[in-house]
Amino acid sequence: MEGLFFNVDYGYVEGVVRGYKSGLLTRNQYVNLTQCDNLEDLKLQLSATDYGNFLSSYSGQLSTSVIQENLSKKLYQQFQYLRSNSLGTLSKFLDYITYGYMIDNVLLMITGTLHERDKSEILSKCHPLGWFDTLPTLSIATDIESLYSTVLIDTPLAPFFKDCLTADDLDDLNIEIIRNKLFKNYLEAFGEFIHKNFGLPDVEIMDKLLSFEADKRVINISLNSLNNPDLLSEEKSALFPQFGLLYPLYHHQLSVAEDIEQLKLLVESVAEYKDIFSESADLTGGARNLEDWFYLIEMQYCKNAFTQQFTMSTVWAWLRCKEQEIRNITWIAECIAQNQKNRIDNYISVF
Amino acid sequence: MSGAGNREQVFPTRMTLGLMKVKLKGAQQGHSLLKRKSEALTQRFRDITQRIDDAKRKMGRVMQVAAFSLAEVQYATGDNIGYQVQESVQNARFQVRAKQENVSGVYLPTFDSFINEDINDFKMTGLGRGGQQVQRAKLVYTKAVETLVELASLQTAFIILDEVIKVTNRRVNAIEHVVIPRTENTIAYINSELDELDREEFYRLKKVQEKKQEAVAAAELEEKEKKEKTNAVRVTKNQAEGDIVAEVSELAAGDDSGNILKESEDDIIF
Repeated sequence: MEGLFFNVDYGYVEGVVRGYKSGLLTRNQYVNLTQCDNLEDLKLQLSATDYGNFLSSYSGQLSTSVIQENLSKKLYQQFQYLRSNSLGTLSKFLDYITYGYMIDNVLLMITGTLHERDKSEILSKCHPLGWFDTLPTLSIATDIESLYSTVLIDTPLAPFFKDCLTADDLDDLNIEIIRNKLFKNYLEAFGEFIHKNFGLPDVEIMDKLLSFEADKRVINISLNSLNNPDLLSEEKSALFPQFGLLYPLYHHQLSVAEDIEQLKLLVESVAEYKDIFSESADLTGGARNLEDWFYLIEMQYCKNAFTQQFTMSTVWAWLRCKEQEIRNITWIAECIAQNQKNRIDNYISVF
Repeated sequence: MSGAGNREQVFPTRMTLGLMKVKLKGAQQGHSLLKRKSEALTQRFRDITQRIDDAKRKMGRVMQVAAFSLAEVQYATGDNIGYQVQESVQNARFQVRAKQENVSGVYLPTFDSFINEDINDFKMTGLGRGGQQVQRAKLVYTKAVETLVELASLQTAFIILDEVIKVTNRRVNAIEHVVIPRTENTIAYINSELDELDREEFYRLKKVQEKKQEAVAAAELEEKEKKEKTNAVRVTKNQAEGDIVAEVSELAAGDDSGNILKESEDDIIF
């Protein structure tokens, strides 16, 4: 039944996204890219793909950052197009997607303000997808209270900040903690939103994707804070999003884990994450580290998301795939530029 | 250059000769000392050149790895990680101490790097994503900076040593090719002048001797002639002794008259 009226509102956007999806680079194209000898070759190869002549307006010496910048620009254009063509629940869904980037931007602004950097310099570093009108005014805030009451209360991020108000002063340590806390609140709110507004295929897919996102954060936080005495286990578990495959069984154990072996044991007891700590080479060759495994799993989930019909989760999946694609191309470009061809196959390709 | 032109303007005296000899000796000693210093420095210099070569090659490799680990960080965490790290750093974890090392009288600055383990400013960066890569990049870059510090201290030593070796070699050459020949020339000049004086003196002495001998010879000749004359006189005296006696008595009479004259003269003197 849910497919019956889907196309009335969201058919166009879904169609466009599926069109975008078929423009993602395939394994063969990646192989072609890795054969390039210099960045000019890479540009030539990319011009035969969906990116077209994305670098045609750029003249001068090519660098990895230029390539990355222009690839991202393309992504932002596509996303903005989707956003302006969305309506109803879908546009709310897209808004939720951008909140993640907004959190990063807000934190970036706070960091910059704390160190009295030039505002325009920071604004240029902000993620375009997380842009909102009141972002430049953030720099007036000096403490988190006034930040919340003057600026953030008017933004959609307000609910996420609510629990962070206990932080009495802003310093660098707290900023990382605030960031993770915000992400926790964001992910939880996102999950709630999905459950409230979406029907079966969406809920199923997004649940999977979001719980993976949550678990990824949990594992990363507990891993990265292993040797950090500043972060108590209670503080740690306060940063863990309260859902996902690791919740609730392993959260406490993860927060008190003291060495990496303990952590591995806990995480590996979840079937989905059995492999993530293994450094051994898989079928495609090349050793993977933890981050690579996360990307790989995420990409597989995203790929599976496209198998469902009549779902808005394809937008999320597409966005993630596209981001990964940009990372892949940047990686390949970096390897070419730095002449490190032995690691060039470390990209993640699922299509 | 050699010859009379290249010497010091001194009076060729024995004292100056002594001075010059002392100077020559000093110059030779200084030359050998400086030569030894220069050799020691050159040896050190070669050693440092070798080490710079090694360090540069090492740096190439290390920097490559470091740049690549930064690429890994960016792959794992996104764009703004560099900014986050920059902003969260307050204190220097990696510090450099400057020391001085004495190589044959030359002070070479050397830099010692050390890591202050207490300071670890961005251990929270990348907490949610890519913290591992950030820490790894930190380690790799620490190595890279270590190599850079090593290279910097070698380069400074290289430049200073180069300068000092040049100065020392210039001194060695100056002593070897200017001071020593010049002093030697002066000594030779003084010696030749002194020899000249000696010869003149000798000649003069010889001349004096000759004159003396001539004088002696002349005197002897005169004596001889005188003797011969007296002998002849004696012969004639013997021949005419009677006459002489008469003459003597005559002379004695004359003498008396003379004496009277003399006495009167004496009186005048008084």
